[in-house]
Amino acid sequence: MKTKFALLLGALLLATTAHARLNIVVTTPDLASIAKEVGGDKVEITTLARPTEDPHFVDAKPSFIVKLNRADALIEGGADLEIGWLPALLTGARNAKIQSGQPGRILGNAGVVMLEVPTTLTRAEGDIHPLGNPHYVIDPVNAKIVAAHLADAFAKLDSAGAEAYRANAKKFTDALDAKLAEWTAKLAPFKGAKVVSYHNSWPYFAARYGLTMNIFLEPKPGIPPSPAHLASVIARMKEENARVIIVDPYLNRKTAQTVARSTDATVVDVAQMPGGVKGADSYIALEDYLVNSLAAALEKK
Amino acid sequence: MNRNFWQGTIMVGVTVLIASAVSAQETNEVELLQRELRELRERMQSLEQKLNSAATNSTLLASPDSNGSAPTSASATPAKGWLPSDPLRIGRGGTYADIGFVGTFAAGGSTTKDIEGGTQLGGHDPNQNGFTVQGVEMNLQGAVDPYLRGNANLLFSVDSGGESFMELEEAWLETVSLPGNFQIRAGQILSEFGRANAQHPHTWGFVDSPLVNGRFLGADGLRNPGARLSWLAPTPFYSELMLGIQNSQGETAASFRSDGDAHAGEGEERLPFGYRHAENDRGVRHVTDLLFTPRYAMSFDVTDQQTLVLGASGAFGPNASGGSGDTVTQIYGLDLYWKWKPSNAHAGFPFVSFQTEVMVRRYQLGAFDWDENGNGGDNDGDGFVDAGIITDATGLAPAVLASETVTDYGGYAQLLYGFRQGWVAGLRFDYVTGERAAYERAGLLLVDGNGGGASLGRDPQRNERWRLTPNLTWYPTEFSKIRLQYNYDDRRDLGRDHSVWLQFEFLLGAHAAHKF
Repeated sequence: MKTKFALLLGALLLATTAHARLNIVVTTPDLASIAKEVGGDKVEITTLARPTEDPHFVDAKPSFIVKLNRADALIEGGADLEIGWLPALLTGARNAKIQSGQPGRILGNAGVVMLEVPTTLTRAEGDIHPLGNPHYVIDPVNAKIVAAHLADAFAKLDSAGAEAYRANAKKFTDALDAKLAEWTAKLAPFKGAKVVSYHNSWPYFAARYGLTMNIFLEPKPGIPPSPAHLASVIARMKEENARVIIVDPYLNRKTAQTVARSTDATVVDVAQMPGGVKGADSYIALEDYLVNSLAAALEKK
Repeated sequence: MNRNFWQGTIMVGVTVLIASAVSAQETNEVELLQRELRELRERMQSLEQKLNSAATNSTLLASPDSNGSAPTSASATPAKGWLPSDPLRIGRGGTYADIGFVGTFAAGGSTTKDIEGGTQLGGHDPNQNGFTVQGVEMNLQGAVDPYLRGNANLLFSVDSGGESFMELEEAWLETVSLPGNFQIRAGQILSEFGRANAQHPHTWGFVDSPLVNGRFLGADGLRNPGARLSWLAPTPFYSELMLGIQNSQGETAASFRSDGDAHAGEGEERLPFGYRHAENDRGVRHVTDLLFTPRYAMSFDVTDQQTLVLGASGAFGPNASGGSGDTVTQIYGLDLYWKWKPSNAHAGFPFVSFQTEVMVRRYQLGAFDWDENGNGGDNDGDGFVDAGIITDATGLAPAVLASETVTDYGGYAQLLYGFRQGWVAGLRFDYVTGERAAYERAGLLLVDGNGGGASLGRDPQRNERWRLTPNLTWYPTEFSKIRLQYNYDDRRDLGRDHSVWLQFEFLLGAHAAHKF
């Protein structure tokens, strides 16, 4: 009897301590990595999309409904990146805490200046996001904005941890600041250099480091490359001396390699999500990897 | 220049703030100032970024776009918020309702004569040689208020006679966050029975609906006005319990109080289900006149790349075969869905999915006397039993059918393989049959009104049938598709048929997120 009671009490205590940590569900691994930095050990982070996964096309698995049902907060990109799969999950989740407008519904892009907000909407231009290009986290300056916003949002949900969240965000921001100088310097010699990408998901990165990314293997966002388009890309790359092609883990590397062979270009494996390339498991490690591998590839030419 | 000015101004501000922060003694004030400082820093960063992006954009715009096919040029101008005085734009962002429009059409033909309702059982299936408007569907959805979500699907179509019609497919409201993990949906709703019934034609993997769905749940699927309560169980895996309560009459409740043959036109020589006329005009007088559809579904992520969904469904309600509501129909179903998608899939490809559903229907047939008027089946008084009336082979008298319960089985299995971006190959196998009932064994005749008659044999609505369907779909984008499908059909007593259908579809406006 006594042991039973003790066990029950223990379980109850465990349950309450577990509950003391904020249970946060994040749609994508890039936002999740910043949430981890800011939340530290005061939060439990669950990421829905995998780092190698195409964030536009994640399956709305029923297991995600369960995760969202039990979440204290949901962090989403805020620019319709998850439009194809998140709304269906939210309806099933029946969780008042993460309804839009609640403190538990956190938009990652709050305070971020969105690029490529279309002035006219037409799908003749491909799958364009009406609220701007959603791939903003990859710019370290935006990452700092995200960190500050997450610290505020977490503090609202857990006022006791407010100090810790702000201190964590500051630590992360300071680390980024130190690194940003190094990264900028590293890519400075290649200002204006042309980098070809498969999908138009790198404008924030290009803007930050002064690279030019206006040649894409996709004829229009979301439209698979056609041989005619690839031929025009090859001609343009030769003409404009573009010698680096970047490829995300979920994109067709073979297509990039074919183009690279005809243009004597280098294919660089990149990812926007920490964990998307081997060994780059944190935000800073990923940015380090991206800057270094791009610098190396650009230097070679 | 500009940038230096801003940075300078902000730095001065920051210094002033720091100075005052030092002099301030109260902790509250220090906190407040720290916050302000942070906000200022953010503001500075955002300004800096604005400058940067403006610079980048100007270089982007300056660079010649030789082939003109690059994505829309970047613009740093944030979209202005929508105002009620602005025109309503169909699409996401800035509207009170997301509006979507799906047009689905088919072209093709079949070796059969009875395509509509005979070969093609679904109400949105291609139903004639040549072209078919399978449906033009308008979907409206959005938040009603902080407590409810609303959804409406209006279907516009043209039938095989060239007549345009509009149909209220679904329109419901749904609670957003009821306590206790409950959720209520109410309105005109598709019953949650298995997987295919609740899916709109736009999400089907095939041109037409499975045979078992057409036969048991009806041409338009099982749907009626009503409500559904669902509960997300507190299990570590996904598990959900649902209970639907709906009206049980009308053509959208085919196995219940309907004649089960909604899409066949007037005057066609088609016998009613079980050779009994329907008695379905009594409305809802008692709770037993309603349709109940319980369902339990669960799902597991087998691995990171594989997901399994299992479900068990039931549908219980009175049927049209008895006048007093004492004849009921019970339908039981099991379904399984499995999907594999590698974690580096692009735009959702490649993938393999397998879906199967099996159903059993127990239908109580009430006693029925074909000599309803007591005149020996000669309603026009010409001395002959009228055409179409079933008689007993022994005496050329109107048949008396005893009550009995008939059992039918059916199922389908389909495999979809998305082998490269935008391309999906599919294969489906359909099977339906029923146990031979007493009324089928009785040797009944269908008379022509002039003393002649033909043996009826088995009820065509319960006869064995199977179908094999390969198809190939190309999705140029998520918003359009072209699908080519072949059906090999084998119907007992009717023989084999071949059909080829080409389907084409477009989508305008908001694209509702797909359920798993």
